Amino acid sequence: MKIDKKDVARIAGLAMLKLSEAEAEQYAEELSVVLSYIKKLDHIDTKDILPTAHILSQQNVFREDETHQCLPREEALANAPETEDGMFRVPRVIE
Amino acid sequence: MLTQLTLAEIVDKLAKKEVSAREVTEAALARIDEVEDAVKAFVTQTRDAALSKAAQIDAKRLNGEEVGPLAGVPMALKDNICTKGVRTTCSSKLLNNFIPPYDATVAELLDEAGSILLGKTNMDEFAMGSSTENSAFFTTCNPWDLESVPGGSSGGSAAAVAADEVFFALGSDTAGSVRQPAAFCGVVGLKPTYGRISRYGLIPFASSLDQIGIFTKDVRDCALVMNVIAKHDPRDSTSVNQATPDYINFLDGNVKGLKIAIPKEYFVEGINAEVKANIHKAIAVLESLGAVAEEISLPHSEFGIPAYYVIAPAEASSNLARFDGVQYGFQAEADSLQELYENTRGAGFGPEVKRRIILGTYALSAENYEAYYVKAQKVRTLIREDFEKAFAKYDIILTPTTLAPAFKQGAVKDLVSMYLNDICTVPTNLAGLPAISVPCGFVDGLPVGLQLIGKPFAEGTILRVAYAYEQNSGLPKRKPALRAKGGTVDE
Repeated sequence: MKIDKKDVARIAGLAMLKLSEAEAEQYAEELSVVLSYIKKLDHIDTKDILPTAHILSQQNVFREDETHQCLPREEALANAPETEDGMFRVPRVIE
Repeated sequence: MLTQLTLAEIVDKLAKKEVSAREVTEAALARIDEVEDAVKAFVTQTRDAALSKAAQIDAKRLNGEEVGPLAGVPMALKDNICTKGVRTTCSSKLLNNFIPPYDATVAELLDEAGSILLGKTNMDEFAMGSSTENSAFFTTCNPWDLESVPGGSSGGSAAAVAADEVFFALGSDTAGSVRQPAAFCGVVGLKPTYGRISRYGLIPFASSLDQIGIFTKDVRDCALVMNVIAKHDPRDSTSVNQATPDYINFLDGNVKGLKIAIPKEYFVEGINAEVKANIHKAIAVLESLGAVAEEISLPHSEFGIPAYYVIAPAEASSNLARFDGVQYGFQAEADSLQELYENTRGAGFGPEVKRRIILGTYALSAENYEAYYVKAQKVRTLIREDFEKAFAKYDIILTPTTLAPAFKQGAVKDLVSMYLNDICTVPTNLAGLPAISVPCGFVDGLPVGLQLIGKPFAEGTILRVAYAYEQNSGLPKRKPALRAKGGTVDE
């Protein structure tokens, strides 16, 4: 199993990760090895096997539909790099 | 020396007022001063808060007020467990300045129980690694050999307990991140059943696998900490609402007639011969106490690591999407919002985190979803069923925790070899089962761990067997001398 640096750059784009050219090259090489190792899974026949997403048998967990106290706005904003008027500030989105 | 006592011993001394919380805390801080330059277990220390909490506990005791079961005992938390007002970094540049506005449930429970937080411990960045070498800050050293790794990802917590800097510590275990460092550092490490301990406030890595675990100096101490933190929590919807027994009641040393399964797949390829010999000695100890051991097969064991390296990165790629530089943590320079996300994540995450996000995104992408993600989930079913079949007949499964003792820092260079560190521990995460690592001797001066795996919610059984083994192992009680070439000297 092989992926090249173009694949890595495209996937990194999907994951919103900026990579340098050198990083893309390095990760392509390393992840090709890891993916080949993962391909070991193809040795097992999994026809008719149901996938396990989660090991607990419990299904939905319900609670009463009541309001509780939540984090005060200033505490929620306290770690933000940039705020304005009680909101998270980001670069302009709409031109 | 006070700091060499176990948690049970120090709780007893505190209760009898032979020693004050202040004296114990000062002794632990002095121990940190003595060894921390060599061990490097802590990312952040909370010395002032610790001393003032100790004073509060002493005042309460003096007034005859009720104090919790762990009142006055110094401890540490892995740096992915949120602590209100105390920096929580996941050993990542991205969260270097993050100060949680709330406590994780376990932090709250330990605070109510009166234990005293001395600081936050180093780890592989976002818990991705087996050595703490992936920490963005520094590598923690193994107290038994400062040139070796302490294991990971909860290496700081394991090293802090092994070096007597704290009486116990918490970590998190997604593939072995509590048990492997416990084995490498010669302490007890318990990963309870998935859902037994609330994950509320644990910064997530792979949510279907993550579980908070405990590091202690011996098995009894582990039961004491379980009694405090194994509680149902409505704030974590995967926390299971099941009564918690008093785990101390299981420590009776009785394993007569207990059926132990020894899976042959854990003793082949690549196991260190002396590690294997130590495990066989441990089996003999349990047999001499009346337990019955039989070899079995868990045929899908070898597929644990490849299945894990699809499922965990997939979940991580989704979980770590929250780190975007907007709400908290590091923010990079950028002209647009998209650039802000990309630059922040590109500069904030270290190489292993980036690799796993890419791997996970790849496995979840439309063209690979069936071939990788669904395939791995099906293999997960097979691994789970292997255990179910074994537990229909046996009470416990016994394996080595790792195939070899701790390796030197920088020695493991290729990724797959590093990933294979979790080969004995990862299947239990995939199946959600409880497992403990107990020290079972030394190889070349480095500790070795014995792993005991139990049925879902049978923490009591594994503590019972671990205790019976520990009490009868005949192993001498040893402490690390904290010596290396030109390193620091203890005592």
